[in-house]
Amino acid sequence: MIYFDNSATTKIDPQVLQTYNTVANDFWGNPSSLHGLGDHALQLLQSARQQIADLVGCAANEIYFTSGGTEGDNWVIKGTAMAKREFGKHIIVSSVEHAAVLNSAAQLEKLGWEVTYVPVDNQGFVNPDDVAKAMRPDTVLVSVMAVNNEIGAIQPITEIGEILKNYPTVHFHVDAVQSVGKNLWSQVLPERVDFATFSAHKFHGPRGTGFIYAKKGRALGTLMSGGGQETNHRSGTENLPAIAAMSKALRLAVTDEAKKAQHELALKQQLVDFLSALPDITIFSPVTANFAPHILCFAIAGVRGETTVHALEAKDIYLSTTSACSSRSGDESSTLKAMKVPEKLATSAVRISLDDANTQAEVDQFIKVFPTIYQRFERMNGRA
Amino acid sequence: MTHYYFDNAATTPMSPTVVTAMSQALADDFGNASSTHYFGRQSHHLLDQSRQVIANSIHAKTDEIIFTSGGTEGDNTAISGTAVSYREHGKHIITTQIEHPAVLKTMSFLEKLGYDITYLPVDEHGLVTAGQVKAALRPDTILVSIMTGNNEIGAIEPIAEIGAVLKNHQAIFHTDAVQAYGILDIDVQQMGVDLLSISGHKLHGPKGIGFLYMNEKVNLEPFMHGGEQEHLRRAGTENIPSIIGLAQAVKDLTPANKKAKREKLQSLKAILIADLKTNKVDFAINGPQPDQALPHVLNIWIKGLPSTLALMNLDLKGFAVSAGSACTAGSLEPSHVLTAITGDQDAPQISESLRVSFGDQNTEESVHLLAQAITEVTQDYLN
Ligand SMILES: Cc1ncc(COP(=O)(O)O)c(C=O)c1O
Ligand SMILES: Cc1ncc(COP(=O)(O)O)c(C=O)c1O
Repeated sequence: MIYFDNSATTKIDPQVLQTYNTVANDFWGNPSSLHGLGDHALQLLQSARQQIADLVGCAANEIYFTSGGTEGDNWVIKGTAMAKREFGKHIIVSSVEHAAVLNSAAQLEKLGWEVTYVPVDNQGFVNPDDVAKAMRPDTVLVSVMAVNNEIGAIQPITEIGEILKNYPTVHFHVDAVQSVGKNLWSQVLPERVDFATFSAHKFHGPRGTGFIYAKKGRALGTLMSGGGQETNHRSGTENLPAIAAMSKALRLAVTDEAKKAQHELALKQQLVDFLSALPDITIFSPVTANFAPHILCFAIAGVRGETTVHALEAKDIYLSTTSACSSRSGDESSTLKAMKVPEKLATSAVRISLDDANTQAEVDQFIKVFPTIYQRFERMNGRA
Repeated sequence: MTHYYFDNAATTPMSPTVVTAMSQALADDFGNASSTHYFGRQSHHLLDQSRQVIANSIHAKTDEIIFTSGGTEGDNTAISGTAVSYREHGKHIITTQIEHPAVLKTMSFLEKLGYDITYLPVDEHGLVTAGQVKAALRPDTILVSIMTGNNEIGAIEPIAEIGAVLKNHQAIFHTDAVQAYGILDIDVQQMGVDLLSISGHKLHGPKGIGFLYMNEKVNLEPFMHGGEQEHLRRAGTENIPSIIGLAQAVKDLTPANKKAKREKLQSLKAILIADLKTNKVDFAINGPQPDQALPHVLNIWIKGLPSTLALMNLDLKGFAVSAGSACTAGSLEPSHVLTAITGDQDAPQISESLRVSFGDQNTEESVHLLAQAITEVTQDYLN
């Protein structure tokens, strides 16, 4: 079995699983409880927070735990809108954001906010000048993702940050869900970024847990109201086993990060070399410094993405049609659409997403079985 | 020192069956349930099965179950979702003074946005009546949110009667059943509720997972926007391992097991009360009579003994209990529930009460020891 769908979700690391089990068995108290069991849980919670803060390079009180990337994105976007509604009701997002950002913005639109969707060029990049042009006196938030989940484009966060230095009160949010373990920290989290969203299951942690970085002093309304956990910012009994497991997963993910990214890039390079030599294949994720090392999106002209996915699945190779969360409805990729890729080609797109556990042998196997499948498609399309 | 845990309303340890189910799911199942390939389909299948188990447990349809990250999210989704989605029908909401903060804080947030909230008072047992709800209803009432069982004093509200009152009114009926679900038989048809929220870690299931029952006739704006998971009603990659753990906890709660559990917890509670009486501890029960309350919750006022002191000394002796709920996050704020039932924010019981909450793992022997410890702590302080 070859799993090339690591952007959808990753397999939990055995050491992370071990942490989950240990904490679930030995530290199951409620961190808010005032007795010893609660105290132990609280201490563990705070040390997980400190460890994550150290790895991210911020203070512990700038890390808040969530139920995942979707909650983080919803929270920062709606929470900013709520906290700053007296100052303005205009927000700017890129047109290639994850649905968690786009649909949160759309919800705000329904409630009376104005949203500018900044376009991308035909490679999938936001032009920082477009952000500058979109800025208005009533703009309260700019949200641009670090690594696009469909094609792997690394957005110019640093450059956008430079522009936003002229607008010191505007919140700058980065959806960093796809960027962990790829040796991209300085590009993803330059100084000007105020908020960043992370999700554990994208870096071999458990599902249903994540965190946001929230710069100290930046006002954010709450999304989840209730018991006042997370210093009154995010209510709900803390999912301590998952949080401790996530902090372990993050530590493992950043260990030898450069080497792992290099390994993924080498595999991607071979796949790109192989695929781009074939006629009728379009590569959307070249091997360049502004594309992530783990994501490779390509299309075979005239062949629907699902068809390619299922043909490879029959060979025990698992990849996906662009992003997992829209793949059930069979929609075309929203990123490719924003890039103005013709619809027919966009519906042919598939995504390989790698991970450091993928091997040379797996790539060799892919290169071995792919031609037969490809030849069949070429014949079906009358091209061979 | 042996440690005894009597704080099961705050959280419960996962049961061994849940631990096994979860660890296995964590290790084996890593598909994203939205992916169309084999792993995705496999995960999706497990998701459907779990949803079925859960739907059956409350007599709901499979499509009426939405997985959430816990009770707080369920309450927030139900209340904010109704407020936003039904705002054209009115802006009046009815709730009670003794709801969990996940409900009350959401209400105060809505108040800031211009909604009009009626907080029904409760009697000395912590109960509201269907008559009170009826009297508070207005043509522009869009939501009634009343908990099934209270987390601090165990009051069981007359949900079915209130459901009957609301039958011919437009208002959506939500109940927070986080404390009640693991103990009482829950039948959404018979209760007449439209929305009901649950949290896994209160029933020996995993933390960070819960579900919201949403009657098929109700159509709420999602609380989490994003991918198309949960039939477009709750975005976010499905937390399959935790969902499997939750479904396992629910499977373990067959009606027969629940009945046995109620009887066991009720008898543990009776033992504690009897021992304290025998030991001549001067105490009173807050809220409903013990046999009228949720079997796992007992709230007692130990006259003259400050709660903070009692908590600390019991903890030193190895007994974990609480003063009110855990949820006021580590702080000992005066309980809004005790304030509501006494009608007096300076009532002595507000600072002199303990909540003991029982669970599967407690034994009769440990309850006798707890009674002994409470007696000693009381006597040491008062003599
Ligand atoms: C870029 C991006 N943002 C947000 C999310 C949402 O994360 P989660 O599924 O953990 O809620 C994902 C993954 O699905 C993603 O790829
Ligand atoms: C009655 C009630 N509602 C809601 C909650 C919130 O549940 P959770 O902490 O799992 O979000 C709790 C417990 O904390 C509760 O007791």
